[in-house]
Amino acid sequence: MADGAFAPAAGTQSPSRPAPRRAGLRTLARRRAAIAVLMCLPLMLLIGALVAWPALYSIYLSMLNKKMTRFVGLGNFVFLLNRPAFRAVIMQSVIFAVSAVVLKALIGFVLAHLMHNIRGRGQRIWRGLLLVPWVIPLAMSTLTWWWMFDPSYSAFNWLLNRFGLPSVPWLGQTWWARSAVILVNVWYGAPFFFIMYLAALKSVPEQLYEAATIDGAGTWARLRYVTLPMLRNVISITVLFSLIVTFANFDIVRILTAGGPQDQTHLFSTYAFVVGIESGDLPLGAAVSLFMLPILAVFAWFILRGVARRSEETMA
Amino acid sequence: MTGRRRSLAAERRWALRGSYAALTLFVVFFLTPPVYTVLTSLKTSREIGGEAGSPWVVHHPTLSNYLELIGDPAFRGFFLNSLKVTVSVVVLSMAISLFAAFSLARMRFWGSRALATGVFLTYLVPASLLFIPLFRIVGWLGLTNNTWCLVLLFPTLAVPFCTWVMIGYFGSIPRELDEAALIDGATWLQMLFRVFVPVAMPGIIAATIFAFTVSWGEFLYPLAYLYSSNQLVLTAGIVSELVRGDVFQWGKIMAASVMAAAPPVVIYAFLMDYYIAGLTAGATKG
Repeated sequence: MADGAFAPAAGTQSPSRPAPRRAGLRTLARRRAAIAVLMCLPLMLLIGALVAWPALYSIYLSMLNKKMTRFVGLGNFVFLLNRPAFRAVIMQSVIFAVSAVVLKALIGFVLAHLMHNIRGRGQRIWRGLLLVPWVIPLAMSTLTWWWMFDPSYSAFNWLLNRFGLPSVPWLGQTWWARSAVILVNVWYGAPFFFIMYLAALKSVPEQLYEAATIDGAGTWARLRYVTLPMLRNVISITVLFSLIVTFANFDIVRILTAGGPQDQTHLFSTYAFVVGIESGDLPLGAAVSLFMLPILAVFAWFILRGVARRSEETMA
Repeated sequence: MTGRRRSLAAERRWALRGSYAALTLFVVFFLTPPVYTVLTSLKTSREIGGEAGSPWVVHHPTLSNYLELIGDPAFRGFFLNSLKVTVSVVVLSMAISLFAAFSLARMRFWGSRALATGVFLTYLVPASLLFIPLFRIVGWLGLTNNTWCLVLLFPTLAVPFCTWVMIGYFGSIPRELDEAALIDGATWLQMLFRVFVPVAMPGIIAATIFAFTVSWGEFLYPLAYLYSSNQLVLTAGIVSELVRGDVFQWGKIMAASVMAAAPPVVIYAFLMDYYIAGLTAGATKG
């Protein structure tokens, strides 16, 4: 694919030279635009053929019957909304995403502050240790969590029993299973928040804190009136971004609970997988996935606004 | 005066100690699963099944799980498939995004701003939104149950972020530099490879690591489109082939996890700083 961009660019120099100056400039500009488009062509093909088109096709697919022979309009969506199992999926997705993101953001914020206190060479080692969950492929670490939650040989229950506490049905009861899924997501995702907030904290000018301290501001006042306003944009972008990623998460629920017990931990993605791939009802599965679209679109719009505002600020 | 200064210093020392204590707790929380993975991987099925003693201690450490896996042609196949897919995806993604980023950062054309926004939006599209229509498309292309379908699909997850990061790095290169290169008679390609690539190397490394991470760790696409043992990659292969039957061989599963996690862990151990710099480039400016 990259070869396409090579060929025309190689010959840019020679033909433009003998032409009169004015026309030469115009050809040069036109040629420049042509090269620019050519360089973007592979990207446009990729996004067009494997993202934009599947997205449009998905909408069409979701309006067919199971055998994909008949157009049923919004039938699949109505069918899903009337199904208690799917309404549980909507609720669980919201509970999962919101609580996991709030916890991740809080832990990330606390960690970033703790780390900011430590100066010097020690910081690198601590930071490396805290980022380990984020580096291991999620499917692999979820396997370990599953093993630690295992009812008969549970490493966690052994510890609980050791301290005289009763065993916990980690993945066997609805609310325990929901909490377990959130716990694994927090474990995996908190380092991302931590690293984003640490970088943002480092960019807050030290003089602001000094000035605030001279004015008599305590720890809380400094946090409230210096740190939070300076970090506001980064916080909102990371939270929105993480909401999208968390909302669409597949690996954790698929491996840890496979949606159980009684379909109470399914998210949109895992439910779409069961309906669309495992039960072979592709249109219904596409409809399940598409329920995510409006929510993701709203978050994406806010993120774009935040990013645009930030680049304006940097320009100014 | 001196008393006050001393108390301030003491206060700071206690704050530092508190920070270390709290950080230690978090490190324990974050490292428990990986440590437990390694512990279990060193145990025989007999030791795991015999409920005597603490599961947190290895009584008779053995490498038999690792040796068994290395001797298993199916597992070696997963590993080679992962390697094959990842190398191809990284090369393909970097080629696509390098040219696109250069063009979008420097050679404004009609619609280039909209395209840049589109790239960012694509970055926000999660894999789980489009895997069902892609199932049909993979089928039409005759690539169902063929490892190479991942080489086609993973770039959609990697390229948007790679392009975005490199647009940022290219954009920060002063324009005088490319004007000088143009006056010296450099072509656009020469400019890209002689001026931009060397200067933006940290960004290129960050993007490469991202592409590697995505294609090494992705789980949904291989699980949805591949089913034969000889076509599977590590993530889906371990989950669907090793986790099977009534009694799981946890020692073996954990050993496989360790080996699957090793390449990214090693890469991050050496190149973490580049990756973080690329990821947080935006954050430090806000």
